[in-house]
Amino acid sequence: MNNPVTHATTWHETVHATLKANNVKLAVYVPDRVLTPLIKSLHDDPFFTTFATTREEEALGIVSGAWMGGLHGAVLMQTSGFATIPNALASLVVPCQIPALIFVSERGTLGEFNLGQAMVCKTMRPVLNSLAVENITITRQDELAFILDRSIKQAVATQAPVTFILSPLLTGGKVFNPGMRA
Amino acid sequence: MTAKSTGAIGAHNAKVMNRLELTRRLVGQLKRDEAVIGGIGNANFDLWASGQRPQNFYMLGSMGLAIPISLGVAIAQPRRHVLALEGDGSLLMQLGCLSTVAQQAPKNLTIIVWDNGMYQITGGQPTTSATTADLVGIARASGIANSAWAADEAEFDRLVTTALKGEGPSLIAARIDGKPGAEKIERDPVQIRERFMRGLGVKGQGVSNQ
Ligand SMILES: Cc1ncc(C[n+]2csc(CCOP(=O)(O)OP(=O)(O)O)c2C)c(N)n1
Repeated sequence: MNNPVTHATTWHETVHATLKANNVKLAVYVPDRVLTPLIKSLHDDPFFTTFATTREEEALGIVSGAWMGGLHGAVLMQTSGFATIPNALASLVVPCQIPALIFVSERGTLGEFNLGQAMVCKTMRPVLNSLAVENITITRQDELAFILDRSIKQAVATQAPVTFILSPLLTGGKVFNPGMRA
Repeated sequence: MTAKSTGAIGAHNAKVMNRLELTRRLVGQLKRDEAVIGGIGNANFDLWASGQRPQNFYMLGSMGLAIPISLGVAIAQPRRHVLALEGDGSLLMQLGCLSTVAQQAPKNLTIIVWDNGMYQITGGQPTTSATTADLVGIARASGIANSAWAADEAEFDRLVTTALKGEGPSLIAARIDGKPGAEKIERDPVQIRERFMRGLGVKGQGVSNQ
């Protein structure tokens, strides 16, 4: 058997392969260090249209328009980026029932060194829960493909966005390194 | 209405026109089921008043996102022309999207900016384009070389005709008067989205996973 999803060995290979298997062809992002290998592999694969936006809400607007035009897309960001999108979620994505796939690389927990990141992280789940946006924190590689595949299909079937919070337990996160700034 | 100071940066001599009239002229040129995305408030209201085409999307909230939404539609449907109608205040809120549009360079995208020099719907407070900011200059500097002020109605028509040929992306800015939007829209986001998707031929034929 040559299933790229089951053959994936790293979290970013699994995300890449699962998006592809679900015909999600658009990936827009504001970068994050932890997401770098995923962003690179999406850029390197012509199956995907991958580009950076200047703001995360811009990315949500693009993915919303693309969905309405028949192209499914994912948005990638870090926790602090998530804090800039509640308005776009509450006034566009949720009321228009757009199955946007939102990947958040989780900062602010499990060894965070930046107080601002730690604070902003605390706002994320309350916002998602208050909007009743499906959100799943993913900590384990062995559960990743199942969660993503099932949740992407559910998002499409139920016309609702979903947020995948990629925990440092899954990705390794970002650790303090003297001299490192952000 | 706040007067445009002619000596300021970004001064231009475009005639002050009317949004509803220009919207009608624009829609009158649409013959190939072009998609039109109306920005929050007045841009929407005059689009609605110009005829409720199934290919119109009326953006209810998310101020500043009419252009990103249009970019998404343009990427998804490269053979359909897509137009974004956006107010000056809304564009100023999301200027970065101009550079994203320029970098992605979709040939099928046209941005129309209604510059009344104010946040009209919230009480007419002046925007920076009333005095100092030149939106066409910003668009050009963001990389959208095809950006122009429409000097009058006839030039607006010509710029639209050229833009619809699909050599975009392009941006057309029009100075407009302080008349409020002509009609309020029905605020039903699901119905608006649903109708738009059917108008674009997406719904009814399956969307993803096909
Ligand atoms: C994020 C956000 N901030 C503020 C508002 C309030 N608001 C709604 S419309 C608007 C003004 C829009 O100005 P412009 O795009 O120039 O259109 P005009 O009203 O002049 O037609 C403002 C400030 C909002 N809806 N969303």
